[in-house]
Amino acid sequence: MAEEAVLGYLENNEEIPDSGNFAEEKGISHDEIVNIIKSLNGFRLVDAQDIKRERWVLTLEGELYAKYGSPEVQLFQAVPPEGITREDLQKIFSSRLPNDIEDKLKSSMYKIGSTQAIKNKWIEMGKAQVSKKVPHVEDKVKDLLIRIQNGEAVGAEDIDALKKRKLISSQIWKGYSVKKGPKYAPKRKKVATDLTRENLQRGDWKEIEFKEYNFLAKGQPTEGGYLHPLLKVRRQIQMIFLQMGFEEMPTNNYVESSFWNFDALFQPQQHPARDSHDTFFLKEPSTTRSLPEDYVERVKRVHESGGYGSRGYGYDWKREEANKNLLRTHTTAVSSRMLYALAKGPFTPKSYYSIDRVFRNEAVDRTHLAEFHQIEGLICDRGLTLGHLIGVLHDFFSRLGMSKLKFKPAYNPYTEPSMEIFSYHEGLQKWVEIGNSGMFRPEMLQPMGLPEDVQVIAWGLSLERPTMILYGIDNIRDLFGHKVDLGLIKRNPICRLGI
Amino acid sequence: MPTVSVGRDRLFKALGCSYSVEEFEDLCFKFGIELDDVTTEKAIIRKEKHLDEEEQSEDEEVIYKIEVPANRYDLLCLEGLAQALRVFNGVDTIPAYKVASISKESMLKMHVKLETSEVRPFVVCAVLRGVTFDEARYNSFIDLQDRLHQNICRKRTLVAIGTHDLDTIKGPFTYEALPPTEINFVPLKQTKSFRADELMEFYKSDLKLKKFLHIIENSPVFPVIYDSERTVLSLPPIINSAHSAITLKTKNVLIECTATDLRKANIVLNTMVTMFSVYCERKFEVEPVEVIYADGKSYITPDLSLYQLVVPLSYITSIIGVSLPAHEVARLLNKMQLHARHSVAENNEASFTISAPPTRSDILHPCDVAEDVAIAYGYNEIQKVKRPSLKPQSLNQFSDLIRAEIAMVGYTEVLIWILCSYNENFTMLNRKDDKSTAAINGNPRTADFEVVRTSLMPGILKTVGHNKDHPKPIKIFEVGDVVLLDDAKDVGASNRRRLAALYCGATSGFELIHGLVDRIMEVTGTPFVSPGDKTGYYIQSSDEPEFLPGRQASIVYKGKKIGTFGIVHPQVLDNFGIPDPCSFVEIDIESFL
Repeated sequence: MAEEAVLGYLENNEEIPDSGNFAEEKGISHDEIVNIIKSLNGFRLVDAQDIKRERWVLTLEGELYAKYGSPEVQLFQAVPPEGITREDLQKIFSSRLPNDIEDKLKSSMYKIGSTQAIKNKWIEMGKAQVSKKVPHVEDKVKDLLIRIQNGEAVGAEDIDALKKRKLISSQIWKGYSVKKGPKYAPKRKKVATDLTRENLQRGDWKEIEFKEYNFLAKGQPTEGGYLHPLLKVRRQIQMIFLQMGFEEMPTNNYVESSFWNFDALFQPQQHPARDSHDTFFLKEPSTTRSLPEDYVERVKRVHESGGYGSRGYGYDWKREEANKNLLRTHTTAVSSRMLYALAKGPFTPKSYYSIDRVFRNEAVDRTHLAEFHQIEGLICDRGLTLGHLIGVLHDFFSRLGMSKLKFKPAYNPYTEPSMEIFSYHEGLQKWVEIGNSGMFRPEMLQPMGLPEDVQVIAWGLSLERPTMILYGIDNIRDLFGHKVDLGLIKRNPICRLGI
Repeated sequence: MPTVSVGRDRLFKALGCSYSVEEFEDLCFKFGIELDDVTTEKAIIRKEKHLDEEEQSEDEEVIYKIEVPANRYDLLCLEGLAQALRVFNGVDTIPAYKVASISKESMLKMHVKLETSEVRPFVVCAVLRGVTFDEARYNSFIDLQDRLHQNICRKRTLVAIGTHDLDTIKGPFTYEALPPTEINFVPLKQTKSFRADELMEFYKSDLKLKKFLHIIENSPVFPVIYDSERTVLSLPPIINSAHSAITLKTKNVLIECTATDLRKANIVLNTMVTMFSVYCERKFEVEPVEVIYADGKSYITPDLSLYQLVVPLSYITSIIGVSLPAHEVARLLNKMQLHARHSVAENNEASFTISAPPTRSDILHPCDVAEDVAIAYGYNEIQKVKRPSLKPQSLNQFSDLIRAEIAMVGYTEVLIWILCSYNENFTMLNRKDDKSTAAINGNPRTADFEVVRTSLMPGILKTVGHNKDHPKPIKIFEVGDVVLLDDAKDVGASNRRRLAALYCGATSGFELIHGLVDRIMEVTGTPFVSPGDKTGYYIQSSDEPEFLPGRQASIVYKGKKIGTFGIVHPQVLDNFGIPDPCSFVEIDIESFL
């Protein structure tokens, strides 16, 4: 009804100047009119402008006086011409007030009435006797309050006086002036949020008015499954290895013997990495069941006294140390098995890679975990040089988006020469270490039985570090492990490494 | 990797040259060490005590913390670092360390008792004569022992070093192993005498020493060294005696290393004497000690002989991959403190006889020599050799990744023909052919093959039209090419890779397709931005004839319109015989590359 009233009025009139007056004229509540104006304005059928007005309304006390008269007049009228005692006056005053007023209020009205009457010099209040000073008074306060109640204009001085006595208070009144909007129609079309099958069947889609769509907000989030960012990066790095002609090594064996993890790599038995501080040694199964004995003998000899051009480490090599089982500390343990297997047949060049889990007995912090993923690549061929290693590292890392590399001499028990790989990080504006590389030592390769002129160039890095750089994650636990934020897994973009 | 702290000013003085931090970092990088931190003594203490940085003053001595390779024990002190870098820089030649030639009779002697074999069987000794200590040298001398103990000595289990003021004791010395109750002496830093077993008990509360007690604790006999007057020199590997302690005034130093590993004992002793013989009256000269074992075998220590190995030039160049003349290789080897004597064999093969000084115990094999040549040549000077490898097509790889993402949010992939009818490509989409977009087939066998599609939309809509009975909602997508007329191409037309997706259900799913657009942007790492911002994407309402007015929008990516989505116009739906409302999106994904 209100909508029809507004739209109907505007069909023949330019403007509704005041929604308050309009509501009154139409006999519709102003609230209802306001709601309709807001809705029509939202769909731009009308153009509404705010109107604000300050208005005076009576307080509860003011309403009381408007109804029964001001207390000073009532008090004046309670005084008989001959005068009266204070006690009697209060009794008469109270008894004349309507019964629905509480006693407490009556008593405070008495006080107000007498104070005002004295102030107006209407009465005189002696110690014993109260008497009139004027014969007749008018109730100006009551008149003013009634005028305000009726919305009539009242002088500023009077308003001030009433405000001071807290008989009136101001109120902001809100309404609208309304004109036709750009989409004005005498009758509103049906609004919809989406096109439905029924709309198509009924063919009423032509009449549908759509609710304004907010393109500044996002759409409804998709639902589905999401892959882990670390493994998305792994997939891309696998692709890179495959494009570079590398074959994947089987790395699904976390439990390894010290022999394959260390001894076969010419890592001496007193090496700090073999401390329980760095490596998880197993209580069960504590030792390996078997090792290739003839190979073990050659490894023992090369540690103790060298051979193949080496002087060895010159210590007593202990089989018990080699037998100790552990959780592999690097995937190079697998590489040593693969190269040993390769050495058994007639030599064929090979390029191998793996990306899998390794274990370190380390304290967990923002950048370290007891488990992480090692990426490893190696090429086994005749005639390989440091130049080839540098070439393959440039090829590999430029596919990871790191084309500015430099190499630092380093030490590693099983590679010589060894090179740490640094890449210039544009964001951090500095060189950061990104991996390790080198040529496997002859003391590692020749006991396996690989030909003397065969070299192995290899490199390794963690999967976590490039991933953290790529996705801007600075706490490794946010990325990997049970403390991961599932939201992060869902939000992460596709990995575009190598493409 | 071990870290060595050295005073910057002392180091630069020893190097005879000053460097900026960057220059010094660069030198370290080339040589294979790393400037880990630049700090001050006070800053280190403040850090330990977790104090604020405020109190820093200008005049504090700057400390360089330098990481050195774990097998270079000669770099564990300022003296060795400076020596190695001076030679590397070519300002010094390789020092010639030598054992003083004195007669066997006047040589100090160390007699080893049989019982030591039960607990710690080896000892090697040497004497530094006429040493001049000052506070810095003295501290360096103590620090080097600590670092050796930490590293090669494996926390004193393999080797323990004792140093003594030789003028307070009198040879010959004996290395014995006795029951703890029989050993009494005043240990270093104490004033009263302890019995060895009581001393062990006493040290259980000593933070520094308690971690070494386990090495001998359970042995019935403890190793101990006496002089000829039964003065205790040390109780290895735990503590020296107070009596023979060295001071700043000490001139003659006896160094003994007791060990369970003889090779490492020799390396440790050689490191100690070579590093500090620089402060001896006769520079680089060390006085030997005769060590006589119970079985009568005797050895003169230290053994400062050069380790020799023959390395063919061809081996070195075959490792590095750079062809170098022999004299150049010799020069590079000298920079790394390796002597090299060049010789040519009968078969014309050039070889080097390499002599590694006692400081270079890390040289085990010709490959170590080759590495040193490579380092001196410069790793970053080596020409890279490229092995054959393949590069993928980015567009196809990227398409595959994005296809997987769309499938993962629940859309089924369809694969539609590139060819379609003229009507499908234009009229049925409420579009007019302005002759500027489509490649037109000249001899189509049927109407199905008239046009090379300019949009994925007709194919997707035909698929829905043919699957009317499929349970709703239908969510399908395609990633594929369209062909557009292109004046820049020789043939006048080029492919563009597009992604299209459609939702069809009881309602059009407009907000769902809008959400899919957001997801595509999320997986391409594109932020949602305000209209006009060119750093991400935003959505702007559009006015295309194939979509319903008011329910369609352009996708603006980095300031460029790359696609549109909207509710498919009911007229278009009707054209394709689709009774249900659909929303559709099409994006040019080449823009993401």
